[in-house]
Amino acid sequence: MRRRIWFAALTAILMLSLCPAQAETIRVVIEKLGYEPATINAKVGDTVEWENRDVIAHTATVRGDWDVMLPAKTTASFVLKQSGDVEYYCRFHPNMTARIAIAPR
Amino acid sequence: MFVRLSAAVAAFSLLAGGAFAQQAAKPTDPQIAHIAYTAGVIDVTAGKQAISKSKNKAVVAFAEDMVRDHDAVNKQALDLVKKLKVTPEDNDTSKSLSKQAADKQTELSKLSGAAYDKAYIANEVAYHKTVNNALETTLIPSANNAELKELLQTGLKIFQGHQKHAEHVATELK
Repeated sequence: MRRRIWFAALTAILMLSLCPAQAETIRVVIEKLGYEPATINAKVGDTVEWENRDVIAHTATVRGDWDVMLPAKTTASFVLKQSGDVEYYCRFHPNMTARIAIAPR
Repeated sequence: MFVRLSAAVAAFSLLAGGAFAQQAAKPTDPQIAHIAYTAGVIDVTAGKQAISKSKNKAVVAFAEDMVRDHDAVNKQALDLVKKLKVTPEDNDTSKSLSKQAADKQTELSKLSGAAYDKAYIANEVAYHKTVNNALETTLIPSANNAELKELLQTGLKIFQGHQKHAEHVATELK
């Protein structure tokens, strides 16, 4: 009996370690020209979802890499493909900046 | 050419700065609303001229951003004055801004190609600098109504973004 419990526990641990944690969706709100939160921690495969509450269009742009258009009063998302520490900004209002720390999965 | 351009920009900044300085020490809310709205209309007009005149992709994209943003902000301003039952009041600052802008439009209309692009963008940098300075030092501190003040503060952030964007385009044109 005891051996069987041990076996079940071991199997559970093994399964948990084999199945990667589910990818998450991280929400960033844009209001009055600010990304909130301005710094987020994510993993490769996670989705970042920006909700633009401003009446003007913005972007989430990584120089020389990805670019997400965020029209006024809309939500758009992007799946993080590479690990690293990235800074993104708004192409239309370059005084808006934020960061994402992307860990490997 | 560059020296002449810089001199023109400096002269314009002084003039536009002068427009704001001419205003009685503390403009009223109806006057502030009128000045802010006028400043937006001026940049929309300049942007439309750029869209029709320029063939430079970055310049046209910048001009389109200006038209879109200033239209959106001015729409918000109109909604706010309607809600607050405030009638924007014409004043010397608005008049002087419009006059200088019309003169600048005429001056820019005579240019073409790269010369036009550089002059338009240089003027956008100078114009946003002047408006931002006026917002920071006069219009925002003078605004009485909290909602008007808040709109001006958001406007300042947007226009600071435009100034930075214009400065970036200006370096690309060099």
